[in-house]
Amino acid sequence: MPVHSKFEKFEDNWQTSMGGWFPGETVVLRGKDVFKDLNNSSWMEYLLFASTGKESPKIARLMEGMWVICTSFPDPRIWNNRVSALAGTARSTGALAAAASVAVTEATIYGLKPIKGATDFLYRADKRLAKGETLEQIIRAELKQYRSVYGYGRPLVTADERVEPMMEFARSIGCGEGKYIKLAFDVAEYLAASRFKYQINIAAVCAGLLADEGLSPMDFYHMATLAFTAGSMPCFIDASNQQEGCFFPLRTSRLNFTGDETVKHWRV
Amino acid sequence: MPKEFVETIETKNWRETPEPDNPFAAANCYCCGYDVYDDLLKNASYIDYLYLLFKQQQPTSEQSALLQGLAIALANPGPRDHSVRAAMSAGVGGSTHASAMIAAIAVGAGNLGGSREVFHALEYWQQCQNSLEAWEQLIKQPPELGREDIWLPMEHAPGFDPNGVSCPTPVKQTLAHLADIGKGTHLQWLNANRAALEAYAECPLAFSGVAAAALYDLEFLPEQAEMLFLLLRLPGAAVHSLEQEKLGWRKYPFFANGFKLNP
Repeated sequence: MPVHSKFEKFEDNWQTSMGGWFPGETVVLRGKDVFKDLNNSSWMEYLLFASTGKESPKIARLMEGMWVICTSFPDPRIWNNRVSALAGTARSTGALAAAASVAVTEATIYGLKPIKGATDFLYRADKRLAKGETLEQIIRAELKQYRSVYGYGRPLVTADERVEPMMEFARSIGCGEGKYIKLAFDVAEYLAASRFKYQINIAAVCAGLLADEGLSPMDFYHMATLAFTAGSMPCFIDASNQQEGCFFPLRTSRLNFTGDETVKHWRV
Repeated sequence: MPKEFVETIETKNWRETPEPDNPFAAANCYCCGYDVYDDLLKNASYIDYLYLLFKQQQPTSEQSALLQGLAIALANPGPRDHSVRAAMSAGVGGSTHASAMIAAIAVGAGNLGGSREVFHALEYWQQCQNSLEAWEQLIKQPPELGREDIWLPMEHAPGFDPNGVSCPTPVKQTLAHLADIGKGTHLQWLNANRAALEAYAECPLAFSGVAAAALYDLEFLPEQAEMLFLLLRLPGAAVHSLEQEKLGWRKYPFFANGFKLNP
């Protein structure tokens, strides 16, 4: 019988331009020698180059500011951090805590979905504006189709305390005046005056700032994936250092059972 | 306990009564009305308890047999499967056993052969039911994402293997067996119409497609199916990872000659 799998040509054949390790010799990333060409990069510059291919100390600095100001609140009640705190109180390991917390940041009401979604929204809105649609038409269509606009509205509180410090930092390094960040605030102005009363959250601010630096939604997503770890690690450490199991213990009465209390018997 | 408003966890699935001497320990646990440690422990099979947890009711004998068959079919995808390779990669490096499970779940969660594919395949079943015309239209004109998501768009019809040549024997055996024991209309319809669907998809049916049909017959929602698929495939990942941990990295492929760095 003839063999004709699509896999044959890939067997023991992984072709890439991304980079690799030559054992005992050198390491290459996107065509650059890590030991010679990138050895003076900051870690954030290296991550930016690795993730996007961009070499820009300015974007790396902007991103670093975002990580500090916007993404790493050391509060164990925030859901992704809570996972690390639970890992600590249950005496799991730091890496397992971090892995789980990073995975959990791919959330809908915060974290990576709004980050990627807000960037995508600003790019789409800009294209539609260029075609002659009004901002009101664009926002109304977004709300009609998705019932939300990524980057606007926030759980627990309405205002986002990170917006001003982030903008202040951005301006201090020469960012914050581009068309996408302006668009982000134009959308905020419209939504604040609408019946939805959504206020801008930090995802739209960061999305606008980074779109102005030429980052795509995927670029921002890849860069932001690890952004929350400095918030979750202290939660893990804190819970690890306290009495085991004592992180917000729950008595049985804290379960609010809303089902039928009739006891059933299994049919064998 | 503080007297002010107390935050609680709302649940319809689980009820507990406290031990007389410790309000933080449960004396009785009821799952969907059944006493877990006084009744289910003695009388239910693991598969039936699994069904109860997801569906909040005792399965019929057909449902139980179907889930049991699916669980066996999925329990070990084998050491060439992406998710199992992920777990073994943890094993050979001496990583934590939990990391092997995390690796298997992360890799086995995707659009290709993973749980996200099962999720999408369930959506296809919800939309198309047993209508060949509907399947043809949806496969040939798949839904487009209006806005970007953290998931990448599907690159092939969910439930089918874009790299396959013909439907592999184990997939056909599983489909035939589950269609027979489960008495479910969708599995039987899939078994009867597999060739037509494969022609629309331009590739053969995969395990993910059989699992989706089985879980649709079991009336699982897409998100329930996604979770259960992840869970059911973990045993193989665990044992292969443990085996490779013992054997060590020297006996595990490094693809020393297969890596080509282009300028």
